[in-house]
Amino acid sequence: MSGPVRLADVAVGTALPEQQYRVSRADLVRYAGASGDFNPIHWNERVATQVGLPGVIAHGMFTMALAGRAVTDWTEDPAALVEFQVRFGRPVPVPDDDDGAEITVRGSVAALLDDGRVRVDLAVTSGGEKVLSLARVVLRLP
Amino acid sequence: MALDRELVGRSYPPSAVYEVGRAKIAEFASAIGDPSPLYRDADAARAAGHRDVIAPPTFAIAVTLEAAMVVLQDPEVAIDYSRVVHGEQRFAHHRPIRAGDRLVATTTIDAARTVAGNDLLTARVDLTTEDGEAVCTATSMLVARA
Repeated sequence: MSGPVRLADVAVGTALPEQQYRVSRADLVRYAGASGDFNPIHWNERVATQVGLPGVIAHGMFTMALAGRAVTDWTEDPAALVEFQVRFGRPVPVPDDDDGAEITVRGSVAALLDDGRVRVDLAVTSGGEKVLSLARVVLRLP
Repeated sequence: MALDRELVGRSYPPSAVYEVGRAKIAEFASAIGDPSPLYRDADAARAAGHRDVIAPPTFAIAVTLEAAMVVLQDPEVAIDYSRVVHGEQRFAHHRPIRAGDRLVATTTIDAARTVAGNDLLTARVDLTTEDGEAVCTATSMLVARA
């Protein structure tokens, strides 16, 4: 398939290409600056462990952004994404090493709605554990 | 401390204008590792039918997070910020955010309840242009753990 995904290209069950991303501590610092979310649990081990976390964790919104990337890489048209909803189920600890954490995004078309819209349900995992307990997008396809 | 249900429906004054810059969109796209030219190259964005570079779908949080925080600064919202985690996030995009947009954020409390000692507060931020065109509705559910 080339060019943006069209409504005629999809059916219930159509799978998105699986994507795997790596997130390092440096990525978290960069995301903090870009998003304006400077909560220290995303860059300071001491503060993170003080509040009972296993260590520095990724911004939930960073994980959501990566899930969105998996969708827009597929549609090739970010403007097709009209609704996006996630529930943050489990934090993603990011170790202080060169590899960081892995985040895997899978997804498939779950329903065809009216008005050229389709619902895509995503499964977002890190180390085999589901980190978003609900993740779905609604696309409006040409 | 239990949240007062009377808070539901409370709205806060609109934010100052946030002007969306091309460089900020490109910075955000790079931070999430997304190489799409639609986020960086105005010609590529125009060729795809947009007026200027557009922003990734979660870019709105860079504008709405601060607006949602006005709720936690409300003295009548008895929530301990140090215990707050992000429970859920939802975006409804009426159109993509694009460079040059002059956006105003208006925050409303959509829901407030206490479950098993945890305070759950849902803040809705309506992003419009200065002229009132609806751009994005961003809804954040915040959890203050008991």
